[in-house]
Amino acid sequence: MIRVVLPAHLRTLARSGSEVTIEVSGQATQRSVLNALEAQYPALLGTIRDHVTGQRRPFVRFFACAEDLSHESPDTPLPEAVATGKEPFLIVGAIAGGSR
Amino acid sequence: MSSVRVLVGTRKGAFVLESDGKRSKWNISGPHFGGWELYHVKASPADPNRLYASQSSGWFGQMMQRSNDGGKTWETVGNKFVYDGVPGTHQWYDGKPHPWEFKRVWHLEPSLTDPDTVYAGVEDAALFRSTDAGQTWTELAGLRGHGTGAQWQPGAGGMCLHTILLDPSNPQRMFIAISAAGAFRTDDGGATWQPINRGLNSAMLPNPTAEVGHCVHRIAMSRARPNVLFMQKHWDVMRSDNAGDSWHEISGNLPTDFGFPIDVHAHEPETIYVVPIKSDSEHYPPDGKLRVYRSRTGGNEWEPLTKGLPQSDCYVNVLRDAMAVDSLESCGVYFGTTGGQVYASADAGDSWAPIARDLPAVLSVEVQTLP
Repeated sequence: MIRVVLPAHLRTLARSGSEVTIEVSGQATQRSVLNALEAQYPALLGTIRDHVTGQRRPFVRFFACAEDLSHESPDTPLPEAVATGKEPFLIVGAIAGGSR
Repeated sequence: MSSVRVLVGTRKGAFVLESDGKRSKWNISGPHFGGWELYHVKASPADPNRLYASQSSGWFGQMMQRSNDGGKTWETVGNKFVYDGVPGTHQWYDGKPHPWEFKRVWHLEPSLTDPDTVYAGVEDAALFRSTDAGQTWTELAGLRGHGTGAQWQPGAGGMCLHTILLDPSNPQRMFIAISAAGAFRTDDGGATWQPINRGLNSAMLPNPTAEVGHCVHRIAMSRARPNVLFMQKHWDVMRSDNAGDSWHEISGNLPTDFGFPIDVHAHEPETIYVVPIKSDSEHYPPDGKLRVYRSRTGGNEWEPLTKGLPQSDCYVNVLRDAMAVDSLESCGVYFGTTGGQVYASADAGDSWAPIARDLPAVLSVEVQTLP
């Protein structure tokens, strides 16, 4: 079981609480976690990463275990504490967009 | 008794304003999708309870919403907009080729006859269609592919397809407009397109009368007379009497012919409305006076409509999709401002009153006249 913390707007879209739990088959990576998250909450498709390229959206960040994992390869294994559910995988809206 | 529902898209959510046919007391619901930009909310003419909404954010991109109960509840539908084939390039601000990249949906135009069919005008400019109530979207690629696409370039607000007009007398005919490419028409249901910009004159272009490149801000038509089109260009108010084959200027005595919205009275096809804005570098009304201008002669002769509108110290803008009319016997006219006011007139513009005062900046206004 992997714990994922969603930012407020994505909780609204997913109609979920702040933290959701997902099951990942095989190794826990950004890609496998996001695949499982989107399968469980289809309303999140396209909101975290681009539909076509699969690239992380520019103002979305991935944090875990007090580290910024945003620039890691999507296929790099996530920390053991995330894979075991001890620590959550945080999806964060970057501090940006205040001009409007 | 008839009633009216006004659908307002703002920088921070959507609002639904409802009134009976007197249009004097309004109930406001919202914000729907609070915190998100709602570029456009529009209802199906074939099913007044079917609404579509374009919801976007700088963080999480484009979402699409659908309501089957007139905006009381909403469900997320498909947000996958993928250009057909190899997207190719258009011009960037520096004149260099730039790949087409989807950014957001500016405008939604539901079919006149089928509630499950809806068109979407997007940035970077392209036209998409859904025939399954918004679940999936397919590009009508003949528009970008007709030959001039590589010459299109973004206006200050982005390279957006912002206007879609469906011809009620001919289901094969549609008009669209792009900033800054111009106006285009299809006569075969969207398979092939032609530029319809003859007569436009844009001094900021190297060739002011070029086939494409014009910054068209908005086009409007009367459903009773779809061969007559009215256009608010970046500068210049224009008219075509032959479905866009040629245009002539009708700015006449307007204090400035820069502006964004233009609309037509529901029952009088020669009565049109614009909101003059001082200039493209000062996006506010001249002299701090918010004035709608009305022509009852199809252009050239314009009268200011000021009763009930602020006539001093007003520096809001009215964006291109933020004006609409109802179809009650005494035509109602509505517009929203970047200051968050929505003004309504129940007497074709003779007098105005704010029906919402303190919303976020208004991006779009649409009106439904309900039985």
